[in-house]
Amino acid sequence: MKTGTKTRPAAGRPSPARANEPLPALDRVIHERLRLAIVSALAASPSLTFNELKDLLGTSDGNLSVHARRLEEAGYVSCEKGFSGRVPRTAYRLTAAGRRAFARYVDHLEALIAHARR
Amino acid sequence: MHAIRAHAEEHIRYIRDTMERASSFTAVPGLGGILMGSTALGAAAIASRQPDPSRWLAVWLAEAVVAVAIGALAMARKARRTRSDLFSGPARRFLLTLTAPLGAGAVLTLVLARSGQTAILPGLWLLLYGTAVVSAGATSVRPVLAMGACFMLLGAAAFASPSAWGDGYLAAGFGGIQIAFGAVIARSHGG
Repeated sequence: MKTGTKTRPAAGRPSPARANEPLPALDRVIHERLRLAIVSALAASPSLTFNELKDLLGTSDGNLSVHARRLEEAGYVSCEKGFSGRVPRTAYRLTAAGRRAFARYVDHLEALIAHARR
Repeated sequence: MHAIRAHAEEHIRYIRDTMERASSFTAVPGLGGILMGSTALGAAAIASRQPDPSRWLAVWLAEAVVAVAIGALAMARKARRTRSDLFSGPARRFLLTLTAPLGAGAVLTLVLARSGQTAILPGLWLLLYGTAVVSAGATSVRPVLAMGACFMLLGAAAFASPSAWGDGYLAAGFGGIQIAFGAVIARSHGG
C-alpha cells in the first residue's frame, strides 16, 4: 500500500524496546470512517471530483460536504472549484500534510496490530 | 487486546479496499464519446446507401479507424487534464481488457467478410464492443459498465433481427448509446 513518506515500523514483531513505548493517540480527524475513506481514496488517486468521491463511497452530498470540509480545515485536503462546460466541478486532492497524516495513521494501526501480537 | 487488533486489522482492510476502488481509471473521455457517436451516425447514413457489401464494409472500417483515433486523442487529452497516468496500473488494465475483445472482433470480421457473411457483422461488432467495454468497465467509472451492457443487449437483439436492420442497430449503438453515455460521463466525470 502506497502511503507516501514513511516512518513505518516493521510489519512483523516490534523490537522489545519499541513494544514498550506508549502508542500515540490515533488522529481523530482521519479516524472517523467517512473521512478515512476520503483520505484513502485521495491517497490512491491524484485528484477526485465531488461526484466521483460520492459514487465511490456511496454517501450523500451533505455527508460528503461536511466531512470533506473538516479535512480541508485540518489542512489534509485541498479543494479546487471550477466549471466543466457549464456544470460546477469540485476537485479534491490530498495535501502534503494530509499524506503525512495518512502515513502516520497507517503506521499507528500497524503498530497496534504488532503490539497485540506480542 | 484481541479486540484492538481485530479493529486495527479491519481498518487496514477498509483502507486497502478503498484505495483499490479509488485507483480505477477515470480518464474515459465523455466528450470524445459524443464525437465518436456523431461520426458513427454519419457512417450509418453513408453505409446504408452503399450498393454492395464490400463498399458497406469499407465505410464501417473507415469509421472504426476514425473512432479509434478520436478515442485515443480524447483519452490522452483528458488524462493530461486530470493529471492521471495512461500507463499506470488501472489505465493499463483498462486498455488491455478493452483491446483483447476488439482484436478478436477484427479477426472475426476478416474471416466473415472473406466468406461473404457480412450480414452478421453488426450483431458481432455490437456484442464484442459491449464485451470489451464491460470488461474494461470493471476498472473504470460506473457508467462505462452500464454502457457495455447496453451494447451487448443491442448486439443480441441485432442477431435476432432481419439483416436489413443492421445499419439501424449500428447507428443506435455506436451512435445513440455512445452519445448518451458520453454525455453522462462528460457531465459526471469531468469531461
